[in-house]
Amino acid sequence: MSNIIVLPLIVPVITAILLVFLRENIVLQRMISLMTLGFVILTSIVLLIEIQAQGVMRLDFSGWAPPFGILFVADSFAVLLVLIANIVASICVLFAIYTIGSHFEKMYFYSFVLLMVAGVNGSFLTGDIFNLFVCFEVMLLASYALISLGGDKVQLREALKYVLINVVASWIFLVALAFLYGTVGTLNMAHIALRVMEAGADPLITTVALLFLIVFSLKAGLLLFFWLPGSYSVPPTAIAALFAALLTKVGIYALVRSFTLLFVNNVEVTHMVLGIMAGVTMIAGCIGAISSKDVRTIAAYNVLIGVGFIVAGLAIGTESSLQGVVYYLMHDMVAKALLFLAVGLMIFLTGETLIDNMSGLIRNYPAFGWIFFITMCSLAGIPPLSGFLGKVLIGQGAIEGGHFVLLGLGFLSSLFVLYSLLRILLGSFFGETIISLEDEKPLKGRVLMPLILLTVCTVGLGVGAQWLAPYVLDAGQTLYTPSIYIDAVLDGGVNR
Amino acid sequence: MKINDVILRTVVKAVVFIILTLGVYLFFAGHHAPGGGFIGGLVLASAIVLLYLAYDIETVHNGMPFDFKKVAAFGVLLATGTAAGSLFFDKPFLTQAYTYVEVPIFGEKGLSTVTLFEAGVALTVVGVVVTIILSISEDE
Repeated sequence: MSNIIVLPLIVPVITAILLVFLRENIVLQRMISLMTLGFVILTSIVLLIEIQAQGVMRLDFSGWAPPFGILFVADSFAVLLVLIANIVASICVLFAIYTIGSHFEKMYFYSFVLLMVAGVNGSFLTGDIFNLFVCFEVMLLASYALISLGGDKVQLREALKYVLINVVASWIFLVALAFLYGTVGTLNMAHIALRVMEAGADPLITTVALLFLIVFSLKAGLLLFFWLPGSYSVPPTAIAALFAALLTKVGIYALVRSFTLLFVNNVEVTHMVLGIMAGVTMIAGCIGAISSKDVRTIAAYNVLIGVGFIVAGLAIGTESSLQGVVYYLMHDMVAKALLFLAVGLMIFLTGETLIDNMSGLIRNYPAFGWIFFITMCSLAGIPPLSGFLGKVLIGQGAIEGGHFVLLGLGFLSSLFVLYSLLRILLGSFFGETIISLEDEKPLKGRVLMPLILLTVCTVGLGVGAQWLAPYVLDAGQTLYTPSIYIDAVLDGGVNR
Repeated sequence: MKINDVILRTVVKAVVFIILTLGVYLFFAGHHAPGGGFIGGLVLASAIVLLYLAYDIETVHNGMPFDFKKVAAFGVLLATGTAAGSLFFDKPFLTQAYTYVEVPIFGEKGLSTVTLFEAGVALTVVGVVVTIILSISEDE
């Protein structure tokens, strides 16, 4: 029993509700939100160290032993994601403080962000698949509010699409859960894994697995991503960055968890489908990213390429590729938040969304220009930035496993990422400046600060890889050997 | 043309108390039998919505000057607060405590923190349902 595991969920929920009563006091709201996220960051660092010392930890709610009660399970993979998610969220909140305006702040903006973060943390930490559904819903309900906050016409149109897609996906999730419960008779994830292992390659379980694949793909933007570019390009910058950094990653987390722990009995079918979907997502993402001239759309399609690449690592499924998945997920959260903030800032500074209408920004805002350059390098995977190591590990896994098609697609997609962002860099940052010194909007240091912090994170993730390595290795090992997780939850298998 | 709603108003005056009683009954029944905070809260909310239907928003608001968004928030706070309370006693999250107390006249009665948790759920349901109904009705 260790109550610290539940803190990343319950603390943001409680403070989010407290903020409802502090609606008029914006300064206090900002401080409390940042303090909450900071507290969760500290908690997850403590948890990471504890897990190194005593292995996978769990907390049975109100003392009900698994598989009867609901529980939270903290392994290195989940806690690393909680850590990075909260760092990114706090930086996005910092950006929101300076840019979003009091109109949003008074409409419970911070409450919704904290509730969304609570849902994200809960999804990462839960060890019960129905609880995963509940945490998904907490996160999604908050995101429905965030995407429609402000109420522009375009925003409402995209919000409607987003809500409908997600409601349908949640319904399929519920149906899949019912099938799963009917088939294996349990909802505890470790217990499901055990029962599925005993059942062997049962066609019914494979069908259920494919249903879950559809659900999580809808949430992650894997192949079924038709809703994503629209809905991620309409909300205000800080919100779009939060969405890009966190929401699809939770879907990917669910995919990784279910296809390394739960459904590993029929790998020929499930992982082949995953591989095909990942490949097609990468190709479609590349086509989208180079076909558009709107910087927001380019950024949104870059999210998809990232999703495809991570799932490719999952489909390959060797130990080093799973380490790569862990590492690349962390990188992708930071880098995508940075990309969306940068793109949002470009639009804020110029009032334009098309590459052709912007030019020479680097002369007006040199620091911003170089930050964008680092973002581009990081996303393309140039060492020593954070994208490099994940790509190497996934590539290494692909060679070990003989998945040369995915390997080729993965590295080709990096080139397309580089090309699509290079177009923005050359078209909008270099070239003749079109903003004269008198007309240029002042870019205050504090608005640039969140971008600098994220840049420090992406450099830190790359340079500090050695320091992170034990945690990533542990996460990869737990993913590759599900029995570690199962034994930690069921104490070596009591109640079968 | 003004609608004649004398009958509705007269009936509502009596019926509201019956519904409220049923709501409270369901709330406490939930401890050992079907019922509980969610269902009790729904019934309580339906009484309030009925009042809004029979009278106008202002009259009801004069009688019950609550911001129902805050009622819902307070409910969540109460529920999460009792859930998190177990953290301070070094018990697993969500652990509930109960005890038997000798009350004069009534005899031995059970007291438990689950009731507080359920009260939070009930308040949340009341707050959310009334807020939803009010925001729909405010729309032209």
